[in-house]
Amino acid sequence: MKIMVAVKRVVDYAVKIRVKPDKTGVETTNVKMSMNPFCEIALEEALRIRESGLAKEVVAVSVGPTQCADTLRTALAMGADRAVHVDAGTANVPPLSVAKILRALVQAEQPGLLILGKQAIDDDCNQTGQMVAGLLKWSQGTFASKVVLDKENQKATVEREVDGGIETICLDLPAVITTDLRLNQPRYATLPNIMKAKSKVIKKVTPEELNVELRPDIEIVQVTEPPKRKAGVILSSVDELIDKLKNEARVL
Amino acid sequence: MATRRASQLITSLSSPSRFPIGRCLSAFSSPDLPREFTPKSWQSNPQCKCSINKAFSFQRHSFSSKIERNPSYSLLNSDDISYFKSVLEEKCVVQDEERLSVANTDWLRKYIGSSQLLLLPKNTDEVSKILSYCNSRLLAVVPQGGNTGLVGGSVPVYDEVVISLANMDKIISLDKVNGILTCEAGCVLENLNSFLENEGFIMPLDLGAKGSCQIGGNVSTNAGGLRFVRYGSLHGNVLGLEVVLANGTVLDMLGTLRKDNTGYDLKHLFIGSEGSLGIVTKVSILTPAKLPSVNVALLACGDYLSCQKLLVAAKRGLGEILSAFEFMDSHAINLALTHLEGVTNPLPQSESKFYVLIETTGSHEANDKAKLEAFLLHTLEEGVVLDGAIAQDISQASTFWRIREGISEASVKEGACYKYDLSLPVEKLYGIVEEMRLRLDGTAKVIGYGHLGDGNLHLNIMTPEYTDNILTKIEPFIYEWTSAQRGSISAEHGLGFMKADKIHYSKSAEAVKLMGSFKKMLDPKLILNPYKELAAPFFTDIIHALNISLHLLFIPYPAMPNIFS
Repeated sequence: MKIMVAVKRVVDYAVKIRVKPDKTGVETTNVKMSMNPFCEIALEEALRIRESGLAKEVVAVSVGPTQCADTLRTALAMGADRAVHVDAGTANVPPLSVAKILRALVQAEQPGLLILGKQAIDDDCNQTGQMVAGLLKWSQGTFASKVVLDKENQKATVEREVDGGIETICLDLPAVITTDLRLNQPRYATLPNIMKAKSKVIKKVTPEELNVELRPDIEIVQVTEPPKRKAGVILSSVDELIDKLKNEARVL
Repeated sequence: MATRRASQLITSLSSPSRFPIGRCLSAFSSPDLPREFTPKSWQSNPQCKCSINKAFSFQRHSFSSKIERNPSYSLLNSDDISYFKSVLEEKCVVQDEERLSVANTDWLRKYIGSSQLLLLPKNTDEVSKILSYCNSRLLAVVPQGGNTGLVGGSVPVYDEVVISLANMDKIISLDKVNGILTCEAGCVLENLNSFLENEGFIMPLDLGAKGSCQIGGNVSTNAGGLRFVRYGSLHGNVLGLEVVLANGTVLDMLGTLRKDNTGYDLKHLFIGSEGSLGIVTKVSILTPAKLPSVNVALLACGDYLSCQKLLVAAKRGLGEILSAFEFMDSHAINLALTHLEGVTNPLPQSESKFYVLIETTGSHEANDKAKLEAFLLHTLEEGVVLDGAIAQDISQASTFWRIREGISEASVKEGACYKYDLSLPVEKLYGIVEEMRLRLDGTAKVIGYGHLGDGNLHLNIMTPEYTDNILTKIEPFIYEWTSAQRGSISAEHGLGFMKADKIHYSKSAEAVKLMGSFKKMLDPKLILNPYKELAAPFFTDIIHALNISLHLLFIPYPAMPNIFS
């Protein structure tokens, strides 16, 4: 069985985000970019399934500008067998378009499992996995905190983290799984694997080659910072507190 | 034993005073300090003093010379307090017990003084008035910054007045073209870094204590830190200082020029003088540009020779982008992984003897990453490195650093920790660790780690509790070994109180004598940070005063130069 993992290049989780002065988006020039943490977890899960013998190949895919290739190289250094880079230029690609691209790739590669991170930390959409499952008419196990494959019966048992607790569902393969934080601890890119990655292939395609039309169905109107928290004031007496609650905060 | 009897002899000879004789030398870095050994209880129970003194006499025999309070220093009285209250704001003259106890205790909780007064001046003028007064009244003082020192140099030994620079935390100016920062000595290092990062610069030094240490203290101790291999020493980065001398004179050497060859460069005397020649009140420092691309790799090496080869190769292969080169042995990394929460071994499959952490800082992300990768793959092929991992994002890089920076924290959790900070020739550096392991033969855990790029070893020896037996096996062997290699017994921590009588292991008698002359010239009444750094002169006076036969005492007298002759 082949596993396809979709990864996204985002602003590094530890970076302090700044909004661009023209409010069209977040500052990304000269800012450290890396693989979305949930995508790392997705890739790690795929690698573990392959290492347990239940899959033969792990293919990493990414949609984005030229620099996406760096993220795919990290994926190869972690252990993916090959990678596909869909070059969509510098335009922002919304989740529905990504889902359409993934559908086209899945139809070409025919993997038994598509694993993605549950959401990207730059837009927090949490839509791509669900949309691609809908487009492919595949079953989906989202917010996975545990995945157990039954290859013989072509089923996957997925434990999902939901608001009420843990929900366990059984999916028929092929299926889409999106990963949550507690699924696993991603491995580091070690030198022997980085060396092997040098000979691995990153195939480059464009959305046109996949017969996908990128229609901008979402327009970002404005991006602003949240209002700054006002400093607290230390009061000297209970009377002052009551006075402020009555007249300033107007809650009494 | 003769030495033990001698210590007790000295103790009983000393007259009772308002302040406790001797000091509480608590179990090394033990957080479970027995409550009955605090200075407060000593004051209230005179009978208690003698028995506690006896209990600690075995500790005192290792710090033998520095047990007596110099009787020529005045005792604090109410007139002094009134004067300070007239010069400083009311809340800057602190006699509150809780706050005093914090100021009296060092970071390792190893040294506890008994100062009765903490002063927090707000500007240089106030510092000058305080010192001028203390000088005329012969009141001993201890300048205090963040109080994060590891050799007991920042806390009082007896009842010295603590002068804290914490209120002098203003950033004065930043030259944005050259990156020259001028600020007051009480600025916390981390705050300076945050301020500079917004402007596109960074501080040239970085230490684990950055959240608490102040730049005045860093300068006074010539702190080294993690970026030393790239940005060099504070002697190179500090462009100017404003220092207040013991008699209150304000010495303005606060230049902001890169080059100024007019006369003797006096600021170098004060950098690293540990508060014994003057109090640093302002600093102007050169700050390097903040470079965007940082890469960190953790590597596994089979033996110490490979670590050395890696260092040589890194200086050539990574060259200008190398910003840190740290090493740790397997015992150190296992200790860190055991005690730190939420940290897993990045290289679980390799059970190596040594680990090296390499950091590069440069201006071009893609170039630097490619350079580092190519360099490391080459070392892997050559067999210099057995395995390694390159951090792929900032949180992985932070994890690697957390492991290295956490070793110190983890050491303290093992119980009693003896810390040594040595500068040795790189080829010989690990030799002392192996020797100590042989010497202690399983009775203690010995770990070695440190700034290999600077030839600086941190050697920690850990036992469940402090024992005299272990200490005699370590000292003076470790100092003699270092001295034989012409190394330094204190690479970056300074002498402070812990190594006050050890300077002769690393400096010649003539050099120490000249240092004594400077001290006498700049602080003739010896009020600045007494009993530390160059304790020798005071020691010789005490010997004469008490008229004790010298062969009973721990330190061989002929080895100690009489620098006041």
